[in-house]
Amino acid sequence: MSNLTAQQLRQVRGLITMGVITIFAFYAFYFNSDKTESITFGFIVGNEWVLLKEWVVASKTGAGIFLICSMFGLLIGYLEFKAKRTLTFSSLIFGFGFVMSFLCWAASGKFIPFTGLLQGSLMLSIPLIFGSMSGLLCEKSGVINIAIEGQLLAAAFVSGIVASLTQNSIWGLVAAPFAGALISLLLAIFAIKYAVDQVIIGFVINVLVIGFTGFIYSELLVEYEEKWNSGPSFSSIEIPLLSKIPIIGPVLFNQTIIVYLMYVIVIVIQIALFKSKWGLRTRAVGEMPVAADSVGINVNRLRFFNVMLAGFVAGIGGAYFTIGSVGSFTKQMTAGAGFIALAGLIFGKWSPRGAVIAALFFGFADNLQSTLTIIGLAIPSEFMLMVPYVATIIAVSGVVGRVRAPAADGIPYSRGNK
Amino acid sequence: MSLELKGITKKFGSLIANDSINLKVAKGEIHAILGENGAGKSTLMNVVYGLTQADSGSIWVDGSEVKISEPSDALNFGIGMVHQHFMLVPVFTVAENIVLGHEVSKRGILSLAEARMKIEQIAAEFKFEVNPDELIENLPVGVQQRVEIIRALMYDAKVLILDEPTAVLTPQETNELLNIMRTLKSKGTSIIFITHKLREVKEVADQITIIRLGKVVGSAKPNASEEELANLMVGRPVDLTPNVAKSKMGEITLKISNLSVSNQTGRTIVNNISLEVKAGEILAIAGVQGNGQSELVRAIMNLEENITGSIQLLGEELVGKSVHQTIHSGVAYIPESRELDGLVGTFSIAENLVLDTHGLAPFSRAGQLSASKISDTATKLKTEFDIRAQSIYDTANSLSGGNKQKVVLARELSRQVRLVVACQPTRGLDVGSIEFVHERLLVERNSGRAVLLMSTELDEVAALADRIAVIYRGEILGIVDANVSREKLGLMMAGIR
Repeated sequence: MSNLTAQQLRQVRGLITMGVITIFAFYAFYFNSDKTESITFGFIVGNEWVLLKEWVVASKTGAGIFLICSMFGLLIGYLEFKAKRTLTFSSLIFGFGFVMSFLCWAASGKFIPFTGLLQGSLMLSIPLIFGSMSGLLCEKSGVINIAIEGQLLAAAFVSGIVASLTQNSIWGLVAAPFAGALISLLLAIFAIKYAVDQVIIGFVINVLVIGFTGFIYSELLVEYEEKWNSGPSFSSIEIPLLSKIPIIGPVLFNQTIIVYLMYVIVIVIQIALFKSKWGLRTRAVGEMPVAADSVGINVNRLRFFNVMLAGFVAGIGGAYFTIGSVGSFTKQMTAGAGFIALAGLIFGKWSPRGAVIAALFFGFADNLQSTLTIIGLAIPSEFMLMVPYVATIIAVSGVVGRVRAPAADGIPYSRGNK
Repeated sequence: MSLELKGITKKFGSLIANDSINLKVAKGEIHAILGENGAGKSTLMNVVYGLTQADSGSIWVDGSEVKISEPSDALNFGIGMVHQHFMLVPVFTVAENIVLGHEVSKRGILSLAEARMKIEQIAAEFKFEVNPDELIENLPVGVQQRVEIIRALMYDAKVLILDEPTAVLTPQETNELLNIMRTLKSKGTSIIFITHKLREVKEVADQITIIRLGKVVGSAKPNASEEELANLMVGRPVDLTPNVAKSKMGEITLKISNLSVSNQTGRTIVNNISLEVKAGEILAIAGVQGNGQSELVRAIMNLEENITGSIQLLGEELVGKSVHQTIHSGVAYIPESRELDGLVGTFSIAENLVLDTHGLAPFSRAGQLSASKISDTATKLKTEFDIRAQSIYDTANSLSGGNKQKVVLARELSRQVRLVVACQPTRGLDVGSIEFVHERLLVERNSGRAVLLMSTELDEVAALADRIAVIYRGEILGIVDANVSREKLGLMMAGIR
């Protein structure tokens, strides 16, 4: 034990924790369970190809099956540990097994719309993914972005109004990135040009946007709802064939244009950040701006560009709240999504892929909570509401281990004199 | 390519960093710029490299005037620079660092193949090995420096500025660097070699320009004697070999046994070190920066988190005590960075002088500070340690480096101490202050205190130490007598026993 590195010790602790949880779950969900009814998982939501319509399983049997799946995850974790790799794959399998066995125990006698659960999770994840991409673009180049919430909210507000005035959701989608970029402009000017503390300016921007949109909402949008706040929203576009794939088809490929845009943006950022000239320069500026400067890269111009780009990306995410779903704007409708996105960014270790996984996890936790509340479990809904946030705290503090932010994150750059 | 500077003047507020400096570097010449810390060498080079703008003066390349307002301009004119603090992103690979700013893309995707090839080609030309795909943070500093040189050559540098390139190198690495410089010269590259080390200048330079207080005070040929160069550099006669009489050693004051220190990520930085320092002796810890000496010293002060083993001061265990307790059990501490750890910059000299004792009588009575007692002590110490300031109420920030260090010395040495722990006590100081610090440390030793001196300057170690412990990768490679040859010491610092 003594010659293990801190990283390995953490992995050992993680594996032991998983093991303890599995034993506890076996006791609670299997041996000591008094649930006798069956649970039904539904897999069909639309007109996709039918592989399996639904699956009925006795509570105890289901819990047992999925806990064995968890143990399988543990075994893989051990192999990953031996191979000195990160415990990513095993954690996912373990988590899946545990959650499913919990469902088998908790929802006995009930119907769980499994595909619908995933669909809802993705929907809740979308603004988080856009938000964390915005944070990523800023922070990789060395600017802390606390203002994601403000960017999302401002874009939701503007896209809602524009769509309502023009009665055309496309115009709303066109306007949204500019609203996000406008907020970015504030952040960029203060954080980069005037070197104001980035956490403080980000926070102030959030308060400003919440206040401003709230005021206009009650003065204008409520009073003259017909004209200002009754925009249309996008309808889903079914992608031929792909949307017919059982389970993942309707989840991934029967979505609005905003979601398809998201796929493109995430893939482009992931590739560009690590494989392009822009990405190399962005990372250099975020890690060691003085080195970038010495080879002729204009540090602050690149940071400015990235912060503006981040505003555009967050803006599209903000549009999802209004024209991407309900159409109309309500006060503070982003409800902290920007902050959860920020947590996702850290959880995902400042990588696009990681941030997406984190956002999906948060979205799933959130949606599981509402699904369980709807089907009526004996667990208080307040407790269930807490779950995504507890999961966030645990995830950010322990599971992902030590994360390293870009070295120059949050430090304004100037050449000393000049 | 030839480079000429005409009348370069640069002011920072009231400080004149460069005062109408003229300099002419011929093609294929190694031109040394010799000067003390703070003489204005680095400012001058930053002007040439476009990191700062001169207030007046002009830069001429091959006989025509050029305007350099950005590093990219300098690069375009064929001026490359190897910085004192490497301009390399630690989490990038060698190749990534080298292409940064000059990227080649194919269909939007970064292409490193060409860079890899060129790196290997240049490395082979100079007979050293660099793996283009290794992360910078995993490379020793000597290799990092070569990466910087390779980068400059890849950008077709015809004039290469080397800013204090040997400061971080072992003697062996220094020799290799000097060889590389000779090879570069033979290929027609002009080199501006900035340094304050006389030996190196004499060995490799073709022409020497000496700068003092922002002005060119003379030029010399490498056959000038070290004394001549030193006198020009400092502006008065200097004795390069402080007279170190052998001292009488007393009882064992500091006894370190099986000390290990690991950092936050769990990596072992100091590995199972045992040492003894006797009263009346200066034990120097010599080694190249980053070999664990800082952590070793910080562990003695209980400033490190993960310490195992034992550190005894006259039989009293220090490990596990608080920093406050450590200080007051009789340890004086001169930290590596006086600005960061030694002083509170915005506090007055008087306040800084009682940072350690302000909570005790007579400075504090019933929780209230006694201004008169504090100022009396400060006035006394100001005279005793020759702290040059208008008033004891000036802020520490307003002092020069030498005077800041005197404040630290005054505070630490005026306590009842048995052991003096001095880390890089003369780093960045002018020659006058260096002499003062050295004398003071010898006084401490002669009065029967034990002195642990951590230094990366071989000259300093040789001048002061009674015994030298060489640290390499967190381990004491050996303890040798002070009269050991520089070559032997250099080899040990490179990890060769």
